[in-house]
Order: sequence, then C-alpha cells, then structure tokens
Amino acid sequence: MEDQFDSVANYEATRSKIGYEPRKIATQETYNRIGFMSGLEVHQQLKTRYKLFCRCPAGIFHRNDQFNAELIRHMRPTLSELGEYDGTALMEFKTRKNIFYRINNENACTYEIDDTPPFLLDKKSLEIALEISLLSKLNIVGEVHITRKQYLDGSIPTGFQRTAILGVEGHIELKNKTIRLIQLSIEEDSCREISDIGHNRVFKTDRLGMPLIETVTYPEMTNPDEVMEACDYIRFLNRSTGKVLTGPGAGRQDVNVSCKGGTRVEIKGVAHTKWIPELTHNEAFRQWALLEIKEELERRNIKGENWKINHTPLNIDKTTFPEPFKQKYAAAGEKFIAVALPGFKGLLSHFTQPEKIFANELAERLKVIACLEHPNMFHTEELTPTFDSAFWEEIRNSLNAKKDDALLIFRAPEDDVTTALEVIQERCEMAFDGVPKETRKSFENGTTIFERVLPGADRMYPDTDSAPIPLTNDYIEGLKQNMPNDIVERYEQMQEWNIPEDTYTYILSKNLYPIIHKIITELKYAPLFTGVFFGQHLKFIEGQYKKGQNFSYEIVYGLFKFAQEHKLKSNILYPMLSIIYEQPQMEFDSVLTDVRYKPHSKEEILAPVDFLREKYREIGRVQTEQAENNWIMGELRHRAMGNMEYKTLMNELKKR
Amino acid sequence: MDKDIFQGYTGRALTMLQKYHVRVWGKAVMETTRGHFEGTVLPRAEHQDDTHIVMKIATGYNIGIDIETITDMKEVGYSKANYAIPEKEFPYTKGLPSVKLFGTGGTIASRLDYRTGAVIPAFSPGELYGAVPELADICNLETEKVFAVFSENMGPTQYIALAKAIGKEIEKGTEGIVIGHGTDTLQHTAAALTFMVQNPPVPIVLVGSQRSSDRPSSDAALNLMHAMYAAGHGDIAEVMVSMFGPTSDDYGLLHKGTRVRKMHSSYRSTFRTIGDTPLAMVRRTGIEHIHKNYKPRRKDTNVKIFPYFSDQVTMIYYYPGMKPEIIDLLVDQGYKGIVFVGTGLGHVNRELYPAIERANEKGVHMYMTLQTIWGYVHMFVYDTGRDMMARGIVPTGNMLPEVAFIKLGWALGQTNDKEEVKKLMLTSINDEITEREPYNGYLVYQGGVPEVEEFVQKTRK
Repeated sequence: MEDQFDSVANYEATRSKIGYEPRKIATQETYNRIGFMSGLEVHQQLKTRYKLFCRCPAGIFHRNDQFNAELIRHMRPTLSELGEYDGTALMEFKTRKNIFYRINNENACTYEIDDTPPFLLDKKSLEIALEISLLSKLNIVGEVHITRKQYLDGSIPTGFQRTAILGVEGHIELKNKTIRLIQLSIEEDSCREISDIGHNRVFKTDRLGMPLIETVTYPEMTNPDEVMEACDYIRFLNRSTGKVLTGPGAGRQDVNVSCKGGTRVEIKGVAHTKWIPELTHNEAFRQWALLEIKEELERRNIKGENWKINHTPLNIDKTTFPEPFKQKYAAAGEKFIAVALPGFKGLLSHFTQPEKIFANELAERLKVIACLEHPNMFHTEELTPTFDSAFWEEIRNSLNAKKDDALLIFRAPEDDVTTALEVIQERCEMAFDGVPKETRKSFENGTTIFERVLPGADRMYPDTDSAPIPLTNDYIEGLKQNMPNDIVERYEQMQEWNIPEDTYTYILSKNLYPIIHKIITELKYAPLFTGVFFGQHLKFIEGQYKKGQNFSYEIVYGLFKFAQEHKLKSNILYPMLSIIYEQPQMEFDSVLTDVRYKPHSKEEILAPVDFLREKYREIGRVQTEQAENNWIMGELRHRAMGNMEYKTLMNELKKR
Repeated sequence: MDKDIFQGYTGRALTMLQKYHVRVWGKAVMETTRGHFEGTVLPRAEHQDDTHIVMKIATGYNIGIDIETITDMKEVGYSKANYAIPEKEFPYTKGLPSVKLFGTGGTIASRLDYRTGAVIPAFSPGELYGAVPELADICNLETEKVFAVFSENMGPTQYIALAKAIGKEIEKGTEGIVIGHGTDTLQHTAAALTFMVQNPPVPIVLVGSQRSSDRPSSDAALNLMHAMYAAGHGDIAEVMVSMFGPTSDDYGLLHKGTRVRKMHSSYRSTFRTIGDTPLAMVRRTGIEHIHKNYKPRRKDTNVKIFPYFSDQVTMIYYYPGMKPEIIDLLVDQGYKGIVFVGTGLGHVNRELYPAIERANEKGVHMYMTLQTIWGYVHMFVYDTGRDMMARGIVPTGNMLPEVAFIKLGWALGQTNDKEEVKKLMLTSINDEITEREPYNGYLVYQGGVPEVEEFVQKTRK
C-alpha cells in the first residue's frame, strides 16, 4: 500500500529549512544572508497629443467590446542582428497562439496593425523624454537609433516594439545612497490584453503606440523598501516635468530580483509601488528555495544529464478516477497523461512562495507554454489531495515508477500533449541548475506566477524603417533651459520649510511642489500652512469627494490668489476647496456665497462673546474655562471664517 | 588598412576611427563631452552622415555618438557577428508532390544590409526552409537561386532567364513551380511569364511578402506555405500570384498572372484581381475554387516557351495639358511601341493628334489602356476615341496597363508587322482581355458606409 505523503508538513518543513521569514520580521541581515539584489525598469506614459510613430490620438481608451474590426496574426521567431534566436521567441512559437487584435477607428490606423511603415517619431514625445533623461543625469546619445525589440507574446502586432536609447549611465539620489541608472529609452506602448484562453489570445489596440519611457536602474537595491523608494523617486522625477500621464496604467514597473546564487528574474507590470516590497521579498526567497531544491537533488545524487520523465496515457474508462472527477473532466475529450518524475518525491511540495510549492512552477508553465487551462495537473503532493493513495498506487504501477518518484497527471487536448511533456521535462531539468531565467506576473498578495522565458539582448534588431535622429548640442542645451529642479532639492526645501515628511510622497507623486513653491514665494503664504494644506487637506478631499471634470491643481493656486486679493483669511480656503474640487467651473465669488461668507469686522465677530459666556454658564456640562472657550469658538467659527484666523480668535477669547 | 574594417564609414567619422585604431565590430570605450560610452562599433549605412559612430551597447540597443563630442576612444576587444540561419537539408517525404522553388530576391528572402541600412535579398531558399520547417509537410522541395535582385530591378533579361529555367524544370517533370519574388513588380513578371511560358502542365506560382522575413509577424512564411500548396497540390496549371487575401494570417488568394495588381503600398493584402474575381482561395490544407473555368493540371510536359522581349516599348500616363513633344521625342528616340494610359474610357487631348499621326506614319505600335484600372476601353462612345483609332491607336479592352506594356514588349520581340503584333496583342493568352466582367468583380469597399463597417467588424479583415 502506498504511504500517504504528508505534503503540508513537508511544505512547512522546507519553508523553515530555507529560513523563510515574513517581511514584517525580516531585517537587513535577513536580506544580506540571502544576498537580496534588485533593479528596476520604470515605465511612464508621456502626455502628448499623438502616438509615437503615427498620428493617431494618444490617451483615448475603449471598453473591450468597443471595436470596429478584428484581425488575426501569428508570430514566428526571427534572428537577431547578431544572428541569434531569442529564447523567449522560441518559447512563444511553441505555444502556437492565435492572436486577435481589436481595432477601433478612433485611435488606431493601419500603422497599429503593421500594414503601414512608421511615420516620423513624434517630436514632442522625444522632447519630454530627453528632458527626463537630463533630469536623470544620463549621458545623452549623439544620435537616436530606433531599434526593434522582439515581443512574440502578441502584445504588439508587428512582433516587435520600436524603442530607442536616449541616454546611458545616470543616477538618482535616495535618502541614504546613490542608485546608478543603466539607461533610459523611449518606446511605443503595447496592446492591452483582453483574454488568453487555450490557444487564443485577444488584445485591444487603444494603448498600442502611445509614447512611453523606460528608466532602467542597476541592480543596486539591497532590501525591498529601498526598491520602493527608488521606484517612487523615479516616478516623482518623471511627474515633476508635468508632462507625463497619471492614472491607472500610466506608470508601471518591472522589478528585477535575484538572490545569492540565483538569477535575474523579472516581475512584470507591477501596477503600484506599494506592492514592490512584498513581491521582491517573496521572489528572493523563492529563488532561495529553488537553490535548496538544487542542493537536495545533489544530496540525492540525481544527475540532470540523463534524467528523464516517464509517462503513459491513461484510459479514462479503465482508470479508477473518482466518479466526481470523471464527471467533471471526462466529457471534454481530453487526454490524461500520467508522468513519473524519478527521485522527485518531496520536491513537488517543496516550499517556493507563501502557499505555493514547486508543483505550481510546473502547472504555471503548462498553462503558459502548452496552453493547458487550470487545473491542468494533479500530483502526489497536493496540499489538498485530489486523489487518495490507493489511486496513486495504481498509477505508480502502470508507470513502473519507484517509491521515491513523484507522480503527476495532466489533462490536455491531444495536440498539446507533446508540448506539455516537453514543458515538464524542461522545467524539471532546470531544477538541477537552480533558478530559471524568466519573467513573472505579479499579484497583489505578493506572490508571482510564471509569465515568459526571460528575453535577452538577442531580441534586438535595428529598425530598417526609420532613419537615425541626430541630437545636436544646441538642441540639448535648449531643453536644459526650462527644466524643473531635482527631486532631492525639492525634498530638502520642504524640510527647510518644516513641512511634515509624511506629506512628501503625496506632494511629489501629484507633482504639487511647483504650485506650493509658487504660493509660498509669489503669494507669500506661510510655508508650513501651505504644505499641510496640500499634503494633508487636499489629500483628504481627494479621498472623500468626487473630483469634478476639468479640476486641476492650478485651480487651487487660483483659489489662494483670490483669497489674497480679497484679503480673506486663509481658513476660508478649507470649505472653498471642498466645493471647487467638485465644481471646478464655479466662479470663486459664487463659492464665497455658497459657503455663506459674510465680511465681519473684529468687533462684529467678538460682539456676542459676553452673551455666549452667560449662556454657557447656564447650559455647559463641564464648567472649565477651556471648555467654555471651545464652545464659544464653535459658535463664532462661521463668523470668523475668512475674517479672522481661528488661532487669533481663540487668543481673543482667552483675553476676555 | 582594409576598407572592410571600417564598413560604411566615410569622411570625418572614418578619420576618427582610424585615428584611434577602432574597427567595426571592435568593442570600444569612448569618452565624450556628454559622458562615457561603451559598446561594439557597428557598420554604418552608406547614405547616412559622416558625423556619427554607431554602437551596440550591452543591453542590445544601438546608439549613435556624435564625433564632435569624442575626446578619447579605445578598442578593448573584437567580436564579429555571424548572421546566418541554420541551413537544413529539406527532408524527403514519400507521397508528397515535388515542387521547385526559384529564388529571385525580394523580401520573401532578405536580410539586413548594413550598406544601405535596408534589407537585401540574401537568404538562400535552403535557409528559408530552416526558418519555415512546416514546408516539409506540404511538399518535397528543390530550390534554385536564379538571380538575386530587388523586385524593381527585375526586367526583360530576368523574365527570359526565368522562362527558360521554368521550361527546363517542367521537362524534368516537376509537379509545381514556385517563384519567390519582390512584390513591387510581381505583376509585371507574372504577366511576362504568362506570355513566355504557354500551355504549362503544372501550376506556376509567384509569391512575395509585404513584411520582410526578419519580422516576427512577417507574411512571408504563410505566403510561402500557400504558394507551395497551390503549386504542389493545386489543380490550376496557370501562372498565378499567391498572396494574402485579408491582412489577417488567414487565407491566401490565387490571382491570374494577367489580372493581378498591387493596390496598396504597404498592406499585406495588397494584391487584388482586377476586372474579375480571383481564381481561388488557398490555405495550408486546401484550395477552394472561385473560378469554375481554369486550365487544369496535366501529366504531359508539352510546355511552349516564347522567350522574347523588345525593350523599345514605353508607356505614357496621360495628364491634362500634355504636350505633343513628349510623343515626338519618344518616336525620335526610336521607340517602336507606346502604351497609352488614358483617361475615362480611353482618351487623350486633341493637341496630341498630330504627334500621334506622325508616330503612326513612322510605324510605331500604339495601344490604349485605362487610368481607371477597372473597366473596358470604349473608343466608339465619343468622337475623341474614334479620332484616335483613325490615327492608329488600338484599344485593348480591359487589359491592365502594365500587362499591355509587357505584352507589347513581348510581341515586338517577335515581329514588327503591324497586323501580327495586333493579333498577338488582342488574342488573349490567359484572360488579359476578358469578354465579360462579372458583376462581383468590381468591389472597392468604402469605409464609413454602414454596410461595409458591419462587414469589416464581423469578418476578420
């Protein structure tokens, strides 16, 4: 009789064996121990009228079902300029995907579907990207060469992204260290995926071709929080120009992570910087776990060179599948293949990420490369077993497998069986080498799944459709004239102004600094008040109120200016902002009426004080001077609004 | 020093490279006023300026360095790229038809050319198999590179060489012929081969691609598969063009060599049959006939080769206000044949009449075709037409202008006799003039029209 393998216990044992610590308790020592290393590729859409290589409008998006035409393409790998095939390209070719593109006439033309060669690169986009390159202290190239970067996943109908380097070797200043930048490129954005089921992948082309920049750092961040800090810095730097798009999807980053002995793995499309710490933490430990699996295989004295899976098709009628299982899957007409992984017992349930085991690595590749929908695989070490041990014993016999072999069964359409077997063999072989180079897709809970094989430099090819663009010294010097100051300078200035540090992230991410600066220096408002008004109050309003169309932060500057011109005290700015935020088209005068502002002299404001004191003495429950003043303050607050600062009012009350 | 060491560099950039002893394919470290740069020096395209040096940096991207900014430069290594598709011998499968692929160049078989920065024909058909292994499921393939020229450089010499090569191949008993060809003048070659290779017993399929095979979404592979299928398995023994039907990777269309025309500068589905419907739809797995009447495949090898062409033929695209000197000049230069591309039903202005009369007296053969592309020349409808016919211009029915040009060259390669030339011109070899135009032949879709929009949305383009 087959022993019941305790997969859960094995998962927990392997987790503690590699010394996994949750991020909450992890320290720099934890990361030093596993050799945490991370770098970033930060993407940012530019705010322009046109797309990068055609004259379609940029920034118009559509629902999935809003399209005028649909077309289909297949991608084939081609040689790079240096005569090599790229690994990713070969993987994507194996998947045999039908790729569908949905086109809307409003924002896509024959360029998007690769039926027209590129038009000249949009000048405005180039200008913005160069400005950001200069801010990033990069060495600007003498001539921009447009390069094709192969993407065979279908996200770009041509099969490549047109991209160009603008600068190399720059740096940014974090709180405690300098992070070097490898390069900054300008490129066309890709399609948005609608669905990917079986062999059919559907994209829409609205985002395709929008101007995008990518800032790439060296892998110099040594803990998860530092990665987030660097990412925020780059994002704030981009936004400081005021010439980039904000909102969902306008900024996205790929995060590269490795651990000591591991390899560069790229976590793609992280939508929020706040996800970064958990994702990088888990990825470093995932690699650490895979290295432990490699060592375990060495200890077991299993060699990768001659290691081969062993498989047999299962006859669905003659196999004792449990009845509910049969009912669920038998009708689809798929093949069921049993596979033995020699000597792999205890590895399938080896910890890799929180709630994830090595078997997931196989299942994810089966989905992506062989197009097998989940659940595509059942095995002897599931954390929640699908089959009992008697069933597995039968399978073990039919495979002539040994006791220390791990077993799995996958289900697949007949055409995909060969690819699936190759995928299993290949991924297991990689276990002997440790960590495969791949890109992974991120989830909010901090875990990742396999997305693609990591592409290399072999997928680059010069774009023979476009001529190089020279960048003269005069042109570059001209761009330098109107540049914003450095993020690090802004940071220091705000510190000097005593603006609380916890507001900086919000202020920089919304690029409010230039407005705050203008209010303080031109209108002479108090720096602390202004910083807090934007960094705390405006943030609160954004979270609580519905933003009116056409609201911009410039309007808030107008509000400050209006108050100053009308000699209104600044406390009136609070109620006025709430209204103007929702109805930005309103005249400031009307807003004044709306908040029921009436001009009152100091005497008028303070006139009812004596009466109110008497009244409080009758009705007040706590008879202290402070409580009394607070109550009176509340009663007079509205009269004072715009006429007298509340602090002054309180002082007056205390005097009387 | 060997010129190849500095591939493509000229003038100041060349001097700079020589000064610092840095070669193309050398790994260079540069100091410039814009900072430090490292990378492999790449060849430079011939027509680009002499003030930049191109480098491939570690991340695989190319950048250019302004030589004015360079303060120091050093070669620290060298590695030349080796650009070659693994060439594989085509496997023989019993039971599959034998197909011969002639390579002529063009984008179906091309690679990067550093000299021009564009793509040049360089893939041998054998390499093509390395890139498209699926071909082995369709046929047993033999390949021969006849010549390697750009489509626009194909001309009479090439037509004749190709016609003779095809004749030989048919005598040897091949079951189908495919010709890889650039798309720009594909229609001209297709017409020429129709006239030069008559009564072929097997399909002769011309194929090209609108996106070079160095692109992942190239139409080259699928076009080639369609062409191979049509040549090896198809029953239509005519000279045809096989190219994308819709822009999608879906089916190809087989067009008659005399009725096909490139109608868009860059679309994949650029080739359309004019004045008729295409012959058939072709997929990797089968052919769906649209035309019921075609010349079927035969077992014999009774092909007739007429490898003739006179280059003393020209075309005149008429425009309002055209001056008679144009015609006089051509006649004085010794041109023997002129194909007019006239307006409307086949017209030119009165001002040209004396020149036309003069040409006629000098024995110049003149034929009328249409700018409208679609429809027939009708020279009896208006006086103008009758006047022109009286002056020796012969209407060519619905023969396409380029086809008429090729045919006149071919006819004048054989005889100078007016009546004989006329007979050759007006006797259809393969529907270059059709007796009737089917009602569904002319379908020029206009976007914006609700019916068309609905069709486009529901049918993959």
